[in-house]
Amino acid sequence: MDGPPLIEVRDVTKVYQTGDVEVRALAGVSLEIRSGEFVAIMGSSGSGKSTLMNILGCLDRPTQGTYLLAGRQVAKMGKDELAETRNEVLGFVFQSFNLLARTTALENVELPLVYRGIGSKERHRRGLRALERVGLEKRLDHTPAQLSGGQQQRVAIARALVGEPKVILADEPTGNLDSKTSIEVMNLFQELGRAGITVVLVTHEPDIAEFASRVIVVKDGLIQSDQTHQQRVAEVPPSLRAAPAAPATPPVAKGTP
Amino acid sequence: MNPFVTLRIALRAVLRNKMRSFLTTLGIIIGVGAVIAMMAIGAGAKAQVEQAFAAMGTNLLIVLPGSSSTGGSKGGFGSQPTLTWDDLAAIKNEVATVKAVAPSLRANQSLVSDQLNWTTSVTGTTPEYFDIRNWPMSDGALFTQQDVDAGNKVIVLGQTVVSRLFGPTASPVGQTIRVGNTPFSVVGVAGKKGQSATGQDYDDAAFIPSTTFAHRIQGGLGKYMSGQMYVQSTSSDTTQRALEDVRTLLRDRHKLPPGADDDFSIRNLAEIAGAQAEGTDTMTTLLASVAAVSLLVGGIGIMNIMLVSVTERTREIGIRMAIGAKPSSILLQFLIEALVLSIAGGLVGVASGVGVAWWLASKFKWPVQVQVDVILISVAFSAAVGIVFGLYPARKASQLDPIDALRYE
Repeated sequence: MDGPPLIEVRDVTKVYQTGDVEVRALAGVSLEIRSGEFVAIMGSSGSGKSTLMNILGCLDRPTQGTYLLAGRQVAKMGKDELAETRNEVLGFVFQSFNLLARTTALENVELPLVYRGIGSKERHRRGLRALERVGLEKRLDHTPAQLSGGQQQRVAIARALVGEPKVILADEPTGNLDSKTSIEVMNLFQELGRAGITVVLVTHEPDIAEFASRVIVVKDGLIQSDQTHQQRVAEVPPSLRAAPAAPATPPVAKGTP
Repeated sequence: MNPFVTLRIALRAVLRNKMRSFLTTLGIIIGVGAVIAMMAIGAGAKAQVEQAFAAMGTNLLIVLPGSSSTGGSKGGFGSQPTLTWDDLAAIKNEVATVKAVAPSLRANQSLVSDQLNWTTSVTGTTPEYFDIRNWPMSDGALFTQQDVDAGNKVIVLGQTVVSRLFGPTASPVGQTIRVGNTPFSVVGVAGKKGQSATGQDYDDAAFIPSTTFAHRIQGGLGKYMSGQMYVQSTSSDTTQRALEDVRTLLRDRHKLPPGADDDFSIRNLAEIAGAQAEGTDTMTTLLASVAAVSLLVGGIGIMNIMLVSVTERTREIGIRMAIGAKPSSILLQFLIEALVLSIAGGLVGVASGVGVAWWLASKFKWPVQVQVDVILISVAFSAAVGIVFGLYPARKASQLDPIDALRYE
């Protein structure tokens, strides 16, 4: 883990103006994420974690502070550059899947490549490969309505993967899934993490955060804690360790082999 | 981004809501269809008017003798013969802008063949008359200047008269018929000319030499000619000049003092034809602009449905933006969608407009003329409508904030 961090956020604030009231969603956040990390950002609703996610995802720009993504200043980017960055550097996975309705799985997966201007043959090839990677190679022609929630989310992950991004950003990816499917999806993320893909996950569920190798807790627009999995395990008193419903498979957090 | 891919996305979006797309384009369909049908009807009517006047003769002036004025009661034009045979010769010989002159003496006469009889308009004239009226023979030959000079009893028949006297398929050339009690030899049959603008049958007529007419029907060839003169100018540009020249010559010859009324009148048929054509033009423009308004309304319909579509698909727009669509790609997507709607409407409109025109032509025998340039302009115009009215919704879509759009329910 040498070289400059992939994500470098320094003293970022975000202030929303709602009428006369100023809302400080982020009150000065600094963090670094290195290539290959699997990071969970935790926090209750209103903590500012979604705002942080939007900024990390280049969907929003900070009011103050700097955000360097793969060495580039995001604050200075125009709308087109932001779009290009989202297309080439990032991959998104959303809580509500956000697949295009009445569009087949393969076409949904190919969409980022369409906006990159890649020809249809190459799109098909790469779309197919991404769907194979999430285990949906037999559902190419199914539309979202014909797929279960877990399958839809896996299509969404394939869509995030297809452009070979540097970072996958997942915003409550298991929020709309039952616990069994949640675990399947999280295992998939872990697999991707082991394959060297950087994953940043936003969640409010501690169980889900357990899958990550590093957990950042956000509260009232500030980072409350930032610990690796080992640090967290060490902190929790042994008497409490078995209390939360543990995931079916133990979290793998030793980093990439 | 590949415009072909964008086109496919747009086509799919349009086809997804077939009924809605159809209703949206209906305005354009009706607008374009109406414009094309109206213009076809207008062009047909104009062509018919032009053809009707061309049938009377090209670059034609008609000189009518003046009115009689006896004891305060004024007769109409032609009530008194004021034109002389010498006037006719003078116009022919002395006016440079005149190409040809022919007398037209007219009377209704009963024509009798071996079996049948028919009353028709008999015109006494010279061979030039047929040149002036662009009227070739379909059978036999025209009588000659020698026939006119000698006052020969020869006759040229119109098609209607032939069928009335001899039956529709007969060839009467060489046969003898009687006009009143005088036997005439049929030398030619004039080609079919059709109807005048007022529905008069040009082919219900017979023609004999003017001298023969004066002797046999009018009771002698005097100084004055009881009839009209057909004057043809050298070209359409000189018709008005020819009118002035003929007027000056006749006033001079009739020794009219300055300020006195003309004792004749000259009608410029080209002018009347022009006025008529202008009338149909005005009508066509009026109808077409009403149709164009419906095109505009159609455009507003497209804008309306595109705005609905943008709102409906806010989330889709958010997804596309999150995945990396630039504002310009979104703009293009919705603009092309509006264009697909309007051009499809335009093409269906062309088809229906041509269909209506064709139907009118076959059902009511309307003289419609579908114009290719009108079709091209209509399609181009509907495309322009699509761009103009699609731009605002497309811009609105492209300016959406991706976060808000993604959150939209």
